[in-house]
Amino acid sequence: MSATPETAPVTPGAGGGPLLAVDDLRVGFATEDGRLQAVDGVSFELEAGEVLAIVGESGSGKSVTAQTIIGLTRSPNSHIEGSVRLSGEELTTQSESDLQSVRGSKIAMIFQDPMTSLNPVYTVGRQIVEAIRAHDSSIDRKSAHAQAAELLGAVGIPDAERRVDDYPHEFSGGMRQRAMIAMGLALEPSVLIADEPTTALDVTIQAQILHLIQDLNRSRGLATILITHDLGVVAEVADRVLVMYGGKVVEEGTLDDIFYDPQHPYTWGLLGSLTRLDQPRPHRLPQISGAPPSLLNLPKGCAFRPRCPHEFAKCAEVPGLEARLPGEPGHRDRCWLPPEQKRKLREIGGRIGLEEPA
Amino acid sequence: MSDLGASATTNGGGPLLEVADLVKHFPIKSGLLFDREVDQVRAVDGISFSVNKGETMGLVGESGSGKSTACRAVLQLLKPTSGSVKFEGQEIAGLGRRELRPLRREMQMIFQDPYASLNPRKRVGQIVGDQLKIQKIASGKELRTRVEALLERVGLSPEHYNRFPHEFSGGQRQRIGIARALALEPKLVFCDEPVSALDVSIQAQIVNLLDDLQDELGLTYVFVAHDIGVVRHISDRIAVMNHGKIVETGDADQVCEHPRDAYTKKLLAAVPIPDPRESRARRERTTAG
Ligand SMILES: Nc1ncnc2c1ncn2[C@@H]1O[C@H](COP(=O)(O)OP(=O)(O)OP(=O)(O)O)[C@@H](O)[C@H]1O
Ligand SMILES: Nc1ncnc2c1ncn2[C@@H]1O[C@H](COP(=O)(O)OP(=O)(O)O)[C@@H](O)[C@H]1O
Ligand code: SF4
Ligand SMILES: [Mg+2]
Ligand SMILES: [Mg+2]
Repeated sequence: MSATPETAPVTPGAGGGPLLAVDDLRVGFATEDGRLQAVDGVSFELEAGEVLAIVGESGSGKSVTAQTIIGLTRSPNSHIEGSVRLSGEELTTQSESDLQSVRGSKIAMIFQDPMTSLNPVYTVGRQIVEAIRAHDSSIDRKSAHAQAAELLGAVGIPDAERRVDDYPHEFSGGMRQRAMIAMGLALEPSVLIADEPTTALDVTIQAQILHLIQDLNRSRGLATILITHDLGVVAEVADRVLVMYGGKVVEEGTLDDIFYDPQHPYTWGLLGSLTRLDQPRPHRLPQISGAPPSLLNLPKGCAFRPRCPHEFAKCAEVPGLEARLPGEPGHRDRCWLPPEQKRKLREIGGRIGLEEPA
Repeated sequence: MSDLGASATTNGGGPLLEVADLVKHFPIKSGLLFDREVDQVRAVDGISFSVNKGETMGLVGESGSGKSTACRAVLQLLKPTSGSVKFEGQEIAGLGRRELRPLRREMQMIFQDPYASLNPRKRVGQIVGDQLKIQKIASGKELRTRVEALLERVGLSPEHYNRFPHEFSGGQRQRIGIARALALEPKLVFCDEPVSALDVSIQAQIVNLLDDLQDELGLTYVFVAHDIGVVRHISDRIAVMNHGKIVETGDADQVCEHPRDAYTKKLLAAVPIPDPRESRARRERTTAG
């Protein structure tokens, strides 16, 4: 992974640079209780056709990272540093109106609750038509309507020709989420940001939405950032994974790196506490003791220290995000333990885990 | 977890809870002048199951399948449309408020949302101790001692007595809800999605706590969750609900490993496997066949 050249070509996918490059992003908020660093130095790159998963517990900074990419956290009480480049073009310094056109046409975002992003008083079709025509006013209503039905069909809404004229409340939760995706796709974006898109849905519907995202990914080269707290979801669709804790990335790597050779004890804890239907159930569910830290009052040194059974003197210093395994520059973590010791420590009863369940 | 199986292991003469043909329909009304009943939501449409003492019965199914309604109708928080609910052999369906009062002590509920289910204006001590006071079981110094002991038992500290719910994290609030449910020393506890709103690392803490409390206090649970992995972990037996009906009941491992019903199979097949190699293999199997 090379650094993005200063003058990367502006067409997505062309040239050598990544499609989306986030570099040392920092987002702070001034709150009543003091300054809060929601995102503290997050960097990653995303290529066309790639699915990047961001995992972590609530409050770890996942949504703020995603929202900041498209400029949704700009406000008098926020302080944003770092860089976000889309096909080489810097977004953090763009005017609000320029950003709006990026949001409309190049980056689409879908949220956990599709009902809050669909307008209940207009039909689903009309809302997609508006989105299409806002993007390209030369398209007449009739063909935009036909295109809307086609898009709904493409995201797997049965009988789309007829359902296009339904109101949002006539759709089920899964259909609404599909409609949101259809609306996002209307603009043929190059990046899709999906923030917990399936958290509110049943597993059966979740599986359909995930496969849809994966299909679009392959067929249209859509680059996707998928935010979730569910490692099961990650295993199903992601190519690469960022694990966030207390506003920082604590581990990043390929899907297989994270599941089969995880380097950070927090990642071990997350993997260990998963229930597996395809394996005999353990006597006790392995847990991570304590609770996620408050961003207003982060522990000194490694943020995971108060919950980490392996902490030692060195952990009083903040570990950097570094590649610590020879020959694996893309697999980085923030833990001071030497890799060979990690391999031993994470082995708990034939599985990966943080510690022997109490 | 106990080893009591589905077959009536005689424990002092039969199961703790026996539900037979329980129905709960909600009317859908319309009409300009008169509220005419035009149709019904068949939320619970004739379910039967029994739960033995010390056992955990898991209830799974998609959103809207009737799990919460079933719990509420069994507890008589909702008046069943028809059917029978026996607690310790005694018929409780259709009992009036007064007759139900002593039974309220024996059956408690823990809710999904640890934020909404605690009164924000009350102190933790009050929330947990209220029923002890109202039912005149304890007062004064004894009440305080009992509440503090409960707080400690669920992993909080006695110093939390005078704090307000908003000062606690989601997991801690769920512990408060558990302490409140246990205050009256119930025999049967309904847990309706008790961990769904919690972070993954906290979910395991609460599941383990519920497990310990069951061992210690001999509790019987009905455990509802949409996370089938969690339900299987804590349950002895599982019932699968679909459209208000129970489509399959059986030993927890049996249902998860060898489902018989088509709907159960579909539900299980959709659960993500948190193992990339396994989930790739499953995807290849399904696209191949
Ligand atoms: N008070 C009510 N009036 C009318 N319909 C109701 C009422 N309560 C529930 N229902 C309906 O009964 C059905 C079952 O609802 P219930 O809340 O029991 O589902 P559930 O299985 O608990 O779902 P979830 O997993 O989403 O909590 C649904 O169709 C619901 O809309
Ligand atoms: N507009 C805001 N003002 C102040 N604090 C905020 C704001 N938005 C988010 N935060 C805080 O930033 C932190 C990270 O939030 P978020 O990114 O939403 O977490 P998650 O990982 O759950 O998506 C949280 O502590 C949250 O309360
Ligand atoms: S740096 Fe230290 S405290 Fe932090 S995860 Fe590693 S061992 Fe644990
Ligand atoms: Mg979020
Ligand atoms: Mg429910």
